[in-house]
Amino acid sequence: MAAADIHRTIEAVWRIESARLIAGLARMVRDVGLAEELAQDALVTALEKWPESGVPDNPGAWLTATAKRRAIDHLRRGKMLDRKHEEIGRELEESQASAADDVEAALDNPIEDDLLRLVFIACHPVLSREARVALTLRLLGGLTTDEIARAFLVGEPTIAQRIVRAKRTLAEAQVPFEVPRREELQARLASVLEVIYLIFNEGYAATAGDDWMRPELCADALRLGRIVAELLPREPEVHGLVALMEIQASRAAARTGPGGAPILLLDQDRTRWDQLLIRRGLAALARAEALGGAFGPYALQAAIAACHARARTADETDWRRISALYAALGEVTPSPIVELNRAVAVAMAFGPAAGLELVDRLNAEPTLAEYHLLPAVRGDLLFKLGRLDEARAEFERAAELTRNARERDLLLQRAAACAADPAPA
Amino acid sequence: MRFMMLMIPKGYESAAAGTLPDVKAIEAMRKYNEALGKAGVLLALDGLHPPSMGARVSFPGGKPKVTDGPFTEAKEVLGGYWVIDVKSKEEAIEWAKRCPGSENETIEIRQVMEISDFPADVQEAVAKDEERQDEERQREALSKS
Repeated sequence: MAAADIHRTIEAVWRIESARLIAGLARMVRDVGLAEELAQDALVTALEKWPESGVPDNPGAWLTATAKRRAIDHLRRGKMLDRKHEEIGRELEESQASAADDVEAALDNPIEDDLLRLVFIACHPVLSREARVALTLRLLGGLTTDEIARAFLVGEPTIAQRIVRAKRTLAEAQVPFEVPRREELQARLASVLEVIYLIFNEGYAATAGDDWMRPELCADALRLGRIVAELLPREPEVHGLVALMEIQASRAAARTGPGGAPILLLDQDRTRWDQLLIRRGLAALARAEALGGAFGPYALQAAIAACHARARTADETDWRRISALYAALGEVTPSPIVELNRAVAVAMAFGPAAGLELVDRLNAEPTLAEYHLLPAVRGDLLFKLGRLDEARAEFERAAELTRNARERDLLLQRAAACAADPAPA
Repeated sequence: MRFMMLMIPKGYESAAAGTLPDVKAIEAMRKYNEALGKAGVLLALDGLHPPSMGARVSFPGGKPKVTDGPFTEAKEVLGGYWVIDVKSKEEAIEWAKRCPGSENETIEIRQVMEISDFPADVQEAVAKDEERQDEERQREALSKS
């Protein structure tokens, strides 16, 4: 095997094994940062040795064994005493003799719980959002610092620093390596799901010409979501989030034209939607609903996405159901953006006048004052109602507010059409 | 990247109708499938009944011709497949290596084609063709209303 092939094989093994390896080590050494360093050491050893010795038959076991040896060496050298506070140090001193056995046990036993602990610690609220995202991709996604940096369009040192600081924060706050208690679980889980969806949306926002690592974030987020769904199968919102991501990802091939221009949902060629991902999304949504989670914020968004996914053509969209789902979403997570979306759905279901009534209530909303879609939607509804002068003013205002050149052109075209067309149907 | 792992069990080409894998093999495979699911890479999987229960449609001279199974001339037939979502061919290979396969089994790894794999002109041609079909559908709908 050529060196480049071996390198790619090592990357693949790392991607498959790293999270479980780090999780098992973290339980042993009780320090996520140290666990990650030990796992990295094993990776570096593989990168040195495998090109000469060849890839071992069971590369995962090899990495585990190597990391295990490092962990034992580390514990024997008693470095832990310097790094950790006294109590753990004492405990470890007492168990020094059996340290080797413990590492063995930690790495050989089923480590689903360890993986879950790692998920919660990477998304711990003591960390900033940015730090949670970086640490999650690093510890659970198996991404390198460089890959994360390229995906988020920042320099590598920025991400490296962010991760170092995150590890330090966790150590200083003495965050325990454990699954949160029942009363904390929902809030902590919400943070995990938020991090995964942030990663997904970052990938979804990628445009043509971006580094290919960027759209890959959607795949990373989906994978993380599916992993957490397996770890917490009884939590409906995890399935709701997975459903939402699967259905949104199903449209990836239809979202842009050959030149990279974005295509709106209703104009997309639905034959390009990925039916396998839609099926998976609908199944995950059904699971969330069966667990009593139909009114979770992610499940509701997934249910809205599912309405579009089920419609064979844009005309077949069940807008009544979508407007009801937006109303429910507005109840659980009140937001002017949700309300604006509801107005659009209501207009589609019950006519532009009904939609406009809702939009007009948002005019005084300070958070939407600079939001171009408010006048854009209002302009569209006024246009449909034949109130052309008002419609033109709204389109022009929207064009002023948008920062996207392509969108601005489109809005100015619509403004011009208001002057040209005296009597729309 | 989406890959198919195609399971090719030697001897399956002549397996009797109704042949099913034995309980031990099923249990080992179930664990493997579970591992794929837990890693978040598994999209779909299926096992296939033996070819003796199937049929082949070939096109000699461009005309369909049906041959009922078993296909005595076939050297390799499929026994099942997995569809996985991974970052590289190497990762697909690593997953295939973890399969509890037996002496007579081979897994072939094949990447699933995506529209973005085709050159820009082909993509554009497909898009134009779809546009044309859309227009036709719309015209048809209008003539009906």
